Amino acid sequence: MTLALTTVDLARLQFATTTLYHFLFVPLTLGLAPLVAIMQTLWYRGRGEHWLRLARFFGTLMLINFAIGVATGLVQEFQFGMNWSIYSEFVGDVFGAPLAIEGLAAFMLESTFLGLWIFGWDRLTKRLHLATIWLFALGTWLSAYFIIVANSWMQRPVGSDVVDDGQRAELTDVWALLSNRLAVWAYAHVILVGLTTAAAVVFGVACWHLVRRRNESLFLPAAKLALIVGVPVSALNLGVGSYLGEVITGYQPMKIAATEALWETEQPASFSLFQIGGFTEDDPEPAFDIEIPYLLSILATGSLNGEVQGINPLQAQAEDEFGAGIYIPPVRTTYWSMRIMAYAGSLVFLILAVGALFYRRRSLATKPWFLWVGVATIPLPYISALAGWVLTEVGRQPWIVYGLLKTAEANSPSVSTRMIVLSLGVFALLYGALAIVDVILMRRYARLDPPEVGGDGDEFAVPAVSY
Amino acid sequence: MDLETFWFCLIAVLWAGYFVLEGFDFGVGMLLPVVSRTDEERGTLLKTIGPVWDGNEVWLIVAGGATFAAFPAWYATMFSGFYVALLLVLVCLIVRVCSFEWRTKSESPRWRAAWTWANTIGSLGAALIWGIGLSALLHGTPIDSDGEFAGGLSDLFSPYTLVAGVAVVLLFAFHGATFLTLRVTGELAERAARTTRRLALPAAAATAVAIAWTVVVAMDRNDKELFPSALPAGLGIAALALGVAFVFTGRTGRAFAMTALATISFVATLFVGLYPRVMVSSPSFENSLTVDGAASSHYALTVMSVVAVIFVPIVLLYQGWTYWVFRKRVAGERVEPAQPV
Repeated sequence: MTLALTTVDLARLQFATTTLYHFLFVPLTLGLAPLVAIMQTLWYRGRGEHWLRLARFFGTLMLINFAIGVATGLVQEFQFGMNWSIYSEFVGDVFGAPLAIEGLAAFMLESTFLGLWIFGWDRLTKRLHLATIWLFALGTWLSAYFIIVANSWMQRPVGSDVVDDGQRAELTDVWALLSNRLAVWAYAHVILVGLTTAAAVVFGVACWHLVRRRNESLFLPAAKLALIVGVPVSALNLGVGSYLGEVITGYQPMKIAATEALWETEQPASFSLFQIGGFTEDDPEPAFDIEIPYLLSILATGSLNGEVQGINPLQAQAEDEFGAGIYIPPVRTTYWSMRIMAYAGSLVFLILAVGALFYRRRSLATKPWFLWVGVATIPLPYISALAGWVLTEVGRQPWIVYGLLKTAEANSPSVSTRMIVLSLGVFALLYGALAIVDVILMRRYARLDPPEVGGDGDEFAVPAVSY
Repeated sequence: MDLETFWFCLIAVLWAGYFVLEGFDFGVGMLLPVVSRTDEERGTLLKTIGPVWDGNEVWLIVAGGATFAAFPAWYATMFSGFYVALLLVLVCLIVRVCSFEWRTKSESPRWRAAWTWANTIGSLGAALIWGIGLSALLHGTPIDSDGEFAGGLSDLFSPYTLVAGVAVVLLFAFHGATFLTLRVTGELAERAARTTRRLALPAAAATAVAIAWTVVVAMDRNDKELFPSALPAGLGIAALALGVAFVFTGRTGRAFAMTALATISFVATLFVGLYPRVMVSSPSFENSLTVDGAASSHYALTVMSVVAVIFVPIVLLYQGWTYWVFRKRVAGERVEPAQPV
C-alpha cells in the first residue's frame, strides 16, 4: 500500500500531520492568553492574591504550550515552499501577503511581549506588566486573524485575479481579501473554539484539584471563571459554527453535499445523525441511518424548506465548468469529521452547562463523579477542533485553491518521493517524541500545588522560566 | 528605487536583523559547554537570552514570510530546492526551542545535560546550515529553464559555501561571547572574556576570508563588478579588525558593536553581491532567478510596503525597549524549580 502512495499523497499526509499537530497547540494559546490576562487583571484590581497564583499557574501551562506551537509553526511556513512549490508560486502574490503581515504585525508582538511578561515580574511596574500579557493576547488574536484570512482565500478566493495564462494569482483588492465573508465567520469560529478549549482545560484542571479536595480556595474561583467564560462561549460557538456551515454552503455547495453524504438534491433535506453505508456513488443509500427531518435544510440554508444540492448534480455542474474530472471530496471522511466536530463540541457545552448548574447550587465540589467528567472533558475540544480542520481541508478537495488550482498539480516537481518520506519520517519521530514529553510535562505541572506568593510575588518559582 | 528592489533590500535587512539578534543567541548556545562549569551557570547563561530569543527568532519567520509574499518564485525554488538543508534547520530549531523550555523540568543530571547539548548542537547546526545555504544562493545551484531547482543536496556544498558556513558559526560564537561579557557577572564574566579573547582571531580571520571570497564569487559567478559589493565587505573587515582590537584592549561594549556590525556587513556583502539576481543558476547562468522575474505584482508589493513602513519602526521600538528593560546583568541567583507531587 505504501508503494502506491504518490508524491502528492505523501505531501498531503505530511501537511495534514504537521498542521493538525500544530493546531493542537494553537487553540489553547488563543484562549488561555486572555484568561490568564483576566486572572492577572482581577489580582491587579485587588480581588485577591489567589488570582495572581492562578495567573502564574496557568501561565506556566500556557508557556509550555506556546513554545511547541512556535516550533511547529515554523514548519508550517517552510513547508509551503518545500513540498508545494507550484502552489507557492501560484498563490504567493495573494496568500503570502497575510502571512508576511502576520509575522511582522502580530507574531513579533506575541513573542516579544511574552518574553517581557515571563521575565518582567520584577522589572516592570504592575500596570505595565499587566499590559504585556494583554498585548500578548492581542498578538495571538491578530495572528489567528491573518492566518484565517490566508486559509479563507484558499476556500473562497476573493480580491484576486488569475494571470499569466493561469500560472499565478494576483492580488487586486486587499480589503476584499481581509473582509472575505468566509474569513470573518471562520475567524469568529476559531476564536470561540480557542476560548472554549481554554475554558475546558481550566475547568478540567480545577476539577482535578477539587476532586482531591486540594487548593479549593484557588480552584473554585478558577472553575467559576472557566464556567462564566465557557458556557456562553461554547454555546455561541455552536451557533457560529452552524452559521459558518450556511455561509460555506453558498460558496462550496459540494463540501456540504459530501459532508451530508447527500447524493441527490433534496428539498426539504433531513439531517443524518448516524449512518452505516451510503458513502460511495455505487452505494448511495445507507443500510441504516437515523435522520431528523428538515434539520439539514435549516443548517445549510437557514430555512425550513431550503433546497440542498446533492453530490451528483454538483459533480455534473463542475464537469461543465472545469472539464472532466472528479470533483467529489472523500464523502466518508467529511461526513464523520463533521459529526465528530459537532458532537464533541455540543458535549463540551453540555458538560460546562451542567457544571455551571452545580456551581450555582454550591454542590460542584461535592460531586466527585462529575468532577471526573470535568477532567475527562479536556480532550473533547481538541478532538472537535481537529475534526473541524479535517472537514474544512478535506472538504475542499480536489482543490487546493477552490476553483483555481488542484491539489494534485500543486506539489514541488523537484522534490522526490524519497525526500518526502524522509521528512515525513523525521517529523513523525520528532513530533511523536515532543508530544509525549509535552503531555507528561503538562500533566505534571497541572497537578502541582500553585506555590504561595508573598508581597509582589517576586520570589515565586515560575517553573517554565527558570533556566 | 522601485518596489522590487525595496523588497529585496528589506529581505536583506530582515536576514541581517535575524543574524545579528539570533546570532548571539546561537553563540550563547554554542558556548554553553565552554563558558559554564555547573548546571546553575548554564541556567544563568541561558537567562541572558531568555527574554529575547523568541522575539529574535521571529525575524526569520518574517524573512520567510516576506520572501513568500514578495518573491514567490524565489521562495518556491529555494525552499523546494534546499529541501534537506531546510529540514535539518527545522530539526535544529525545534530541538533548540524545546531545550529552552524543558531543560529545567527535571532534576536528573542526564536530562539536563542532554537538553544543554541539544541547545548547543541546535544552535551550531542552524548557524552552519544558514551560512552554507545563503552563500549557496550566490555561488549558484542548478536551476532549469522553468525556474525549478534541478540539483540535489550536494550542490549546496563547495569550498566557498563551506568556508562561509564555518565563518558564520565562528562569527556567531564570537558575537555570543562578546554579548556574554556584557551580560553576566563575576567568574562567569571572566570566563566569557577569556573565551572572547580566544575566539577573536580565528573568528575574525575566517569571517574576513569568507567576506572577501564572497566579493570574488560575486564577480566570478554572478557577473558583478568589484563595486559596490566591496563597500560592505571593506566595512565588515574593518569592523572585524576593530572588534579584535577592542577585545584585547578590554572595551567589551565596543567589541560587541563591532561583531554586530561585522555580521550585518557579511549579510550585506552577500545580498549586494547577489543583486539583481536572487538565486544564481549554475551551470546555466541564464536560468538564474532575478529580482524582477521573481517578484509579486506592483499592487501586492505596494500593500505590503505600506504595512512594512508602519510596522518595522514599531517593532524596532518595542524590541529595543525590551533590551532596555533587561539591560541589567544577570547574576547567578538560582530559582528552585517547583517539585511535582
